[in-house]
Amino acid sequence: MAPGLQTEFYMKFAIALFSAAHAPSSRRALAFAQAALAGGHEIVRLFFYQDGVHSASDNIVTPQDEADLPAQWRNFVSEHQLDGVVCIAAALRRGVLNQEEAARYQRPAVNLSAPWELSGLGQLHDAVQAADRLICFGGP
Amino acid sequence: MAQSLLIISRQAPWSGPGAREALDIVLAGGAFDLPIGLLFLDDGVFQLAPGQKAAAVQQKDLSANLQALPLFGVEQLFACGASVAERGLDPAALNLDEVQVLAPAELGALIDRFDQVITL
Repeated sequence: MAPGLQTEFYMKFAIALFSAAHAPSSRRALAFAQAALAGGHEIVRLFFYQDGVHSASDNIVTPQDEADLPAQWRNFVSEHQLDGVVCIAAALRRGVLNQEEAARYQRPAVNLSAPWELSGLGQLHDAVQAADRLICFGGP
Repeated sequence: MAQSLLIISRQAPWSGPGAREALDIVLAGGAFDLPIGLLFLDDGVFQLAPGQKAAAVQQKDLSANLQALPLFGVEQLFACGASVAERGLDPAALNLDEVQVLAPAELGALIDRFDQVITL
């Protein structure tokens, strides 16, 4: 084995998700994240942007015989105490609001809660800097 | 040494919030003084078309935001020449003076130069 190979084996990943909850790429993102942790790697942050914000919504109702991806994400993030950040600008535009934002904009519904956190694009850049690899799912 | 990030913007300005949201990543990175590049590819080159009338389709004009890129310290601006040509745009009359038009064969080397890439 070449010197240095072993130290590179365990990686810090930042994972960005851009597609809606029902998109195949969202399922692949979760499968990748699960595999990364199972392989002993670290996830420095999950960052949900564009239509990816929908995967953090509490209001998605999946038919009983289909995989409930938003619930799977929520359980995964909670169980592993991951940093799950949803872009605030992208979320507001798509009607994904936590208690604070619903109050701020006087909207009747709250559909984002712990373990998810609303924050800005600086969190994406911060994650890119902290990670060995940025892995993106979704997008055009 | 900060990791460099290339954003590949592939959406037309009128196709939804995709173009704006790609640009927002670039501007945020510039505001943090990070090494950021922006490549306009495929329909993304429509963001560089001169004479846009965004208000006619009830959109905000992105052009002014693009002009602000050098002010945010984002000077690595590129467009795919093939994408520009395929869409009938004049590479000499794009709406962003600082943009470098690259041949398709140069794109691989460009992407290689950056540590991380986001395509939107």
